[in-house]
Amino acid sequence: MAIAEAGRFTSRLWVTLIAIIAAATLLASCTGSDEEGGAGTELTFFIFNEPSGAYQEAAANCSEQSNGQYHITFEFLPAQADAQREQLVRRLGAEDDSIDIVGMDIIWTAEFANAGFVEPWSDADAQQVTENVFSSVVESASYEDTLYAAPFTSNTQLLWYRKDRVQNPPTTWDEMIAEAERIGPAEGLIQVQANRYEGFTVLATAMIESAGAQILAGPTEVGLEQAPTERALEVLGQFARSPVAPPDIDTSTEDTARLSFEAGGSSFMLNYPFVYPSASENAPDVFEQMGFALYPRIDADMPSRPPLGGIHLGVSAYSNNKDLTFEAIKCLVQPENQIIAATMGGLPPVREDLYGTKELDEAYPGFADLIKESIDNAAPRPLTPAYTDVSLAIQRSLHPPGDIDPNDVGSVYDDLHDAVEKAVQREGLF
Amino acid sequence: MEAGTAPAGKITARTRSERRLGWLLCAPAVIAMLLVTAYPIGYAIVLSLQEVDLRFPEEGGWAGLSNYESVLTSGLWWQDLFNTLFITVISVAIELALGMIIALVMYRAIFGRGLVRTAVLIPYGIVTVVAAFSWFYAFSPDTGFVNNLPLIADDKAWFGERFSSFAVIIMAEVWKTTPFMALLLLAGLTTIDDGLYEAAKVDGASAWQRFWRITLPLMKPAILVALLFRTLDAFRIFDTIFIMTRGAQDTESVSILGFNQLISRLNLGLGSAVSVLIFICVLIIAFLFVRGLGVRMAEGRPGT
Repeated sequence: MAIAEAGRFTSRLWVTLIAIIAAATLLASCTGSDEEGGAGTELTFFIFNEPSGAYQEAAANCSEQSNGQYHITFEFLPAQADAQREQLVRRLGAEDDSIDIVGMDIIWTAEFANAGFVEPWSDADAQQVTENVFSSVVESASYEDTLYAAPFTSNTQLLWYRKDRVQNPPTTWDEMIAEAERIGPAEGLIQVQANRYEGFTVLATAMIESAGAQILAGPTEVGLEQAPTERALEVLGQFARSPVAPPDIDTSTEDTARLSFEAGGSSFMLNYPFVYPSASENAPDVFEQMGFALYPRIDADMPSRPPLGGIHLGVSAYSNNKDLTFEAIKCLVQPENQIIAATMGGLPPVREDLYGTKELDEAYPGFADLIKESIDNAAPRPLTPAYTDVSLAIQRSLHPPGDIDPNDVGSVYDDLHDAVEKAVQREGLF
Repeated sequence: MEAGTAPAGKITARTRSERRLGWLLCAPAVIAMLLVTAYPIGYAIVLSLQEVDLRFPEEGGWAGLSNYESVLTSGLWWQDLFNTLFITVISVAIELALGMIIALVMYRAIFGRGLVRTAVLIPYGIVTVVAAFSWFYAFSPDTGFVNNLPLIADDKAWFGERFSSFAVIIMAEVWKTTPFMALLLLAGLTTIDDGLYEAAKVDGASAWQRFWRITLPLMKPAILVALLFRTLDAFRIFDTIFIMTRGAQDTESVSILGFNQLISRLNLGLGSAVSVLIFICVLIIAFLFVRGLGVRMAEGRPGT
């Protein structure tokens, strides 16, 4: 009897479950089409979940302007570049046709192009989407002289400092460290990104390139000229061992740096402009004292090469609607949508001609020109299909930075050179 | 068991037909197992003998054993293997001791038995990634509560140094999986006949002697099965390290190494070679347990 009862209960459970699922599906499909306007082909945009909603706003504009040809829906990726890429390559590697627009971090261009994950752009279209775009940004969207993605939003790091503690912003790393040590570790910490992840590659690359060396001289050729590279490593080791390096430097990310700076114990921070609106919201007292300057130099006589970040938009090679996807991307990267991204999300435009407009001055009060200069000087990270290998090689040989003895960087230099050499040849484990 | 004790060559017709029925009943499960496990393992072995890199689709071809050579000649593989074994041995040892205590408490609990057993199981019910994040934030210097505890420096960076990272990783693993160990041990404990304890008491054995002379020997099969399960599980540790350090501070496990080659580098040949080597390590561990320590999986209970 008990068994029969249990059986009846189970079958009732099943009926209920099926009913719930059916109702949920119906409901989802109704609301889905109502919200998106419903008309035309659905194009799926895979991109990180930008918190302000600027990308959705731009997509909604384009869906509307297409007159019912297409409507763009979103699939959100994680916040960190490494994690975004992991999800994308697993889908693209399996030739998944559910992706149309690929929101690509600028460092993936060569890899995705060589793997055949994204479509090349025709000359005419390429010309249209790169008009007035910074040359450093166009370079990062191209592989073997062909454009593989349309530059959408850019990004760069600035030096943020406390105006109440620092009179004149330092121009070099040496000055910055000396100034911070004068203030003392209680209030003078320098916030960076040195967890063993992509952000550490960003820091190391910016320092090495600022010293006048290049990571790669060609897609399979190691640069890393000895004298300037060793000079950059000396500064990195000196900083990481100084009392003004944060105690959690080896696990620091963009977010931990921002939070520590907002907490007030730091006088300097290297970070992207998103920290500015964030401080105004979370820490108004700190925000009032927040100054900005160009990324510090290694050598006083040589301009720094700040990090370059940003998002390019690629057409998935496995999309079923490539022509429409090209059209949608051409719409998304239009100047008005770049301005939406800047004003809503603080993401710097890739078009030079937008700097100096009223909207940009409002988005970056007093530092729109600084951002332009920083992107202009910026050094793209190495352009090679084996970028991940190179990045892992840099992380493995230089992390933790506190292990670099500033008085004896020879062996670290040799490790780095060997690791990058193996990375471009794609040999061994990383 | 009966078949094993029957003299060879004297299998009756009935035994034979029972065996055939047994195989028939097993067949669906065997076929399902082959499809979901044997196929991927076979495919990984095939990939590991090839040069496959998704980023360079125009390259490829058979590579013989060169992928294995790259892995086995790399210092990184041996370093990570050491890290993995280190974490496995320490965490399983702590889990065994704690699990035994918890199992005894659960067994002897006089009131609130249901509540105690449920409460103990909660950590095991939490998804590993969630548990790892919780402990990661608990130990982080800016958001965590751990550094506010007495005797701990306020700015202690737990993940900034190798052995403190290991300590937190092992602690999170122990916290998460001790309940599983306790549950397996409790199952062994409940099969011991209470009469044995009564008899020992009458003979004047102390509590310690009863534990040492009765409980432990009779639980040996259950303990070994629990150790085997947890060792194999601990050897494949991935989530906790991935969340906490991503392998930095030299805390990388072999699973993270495999992930880096497969997913980060898309080097399927090299990554599959790492995976196959991990598989072989697991086989060796299982073999050592079964042959060396005499674990009998099918009769993981005393009294047989």
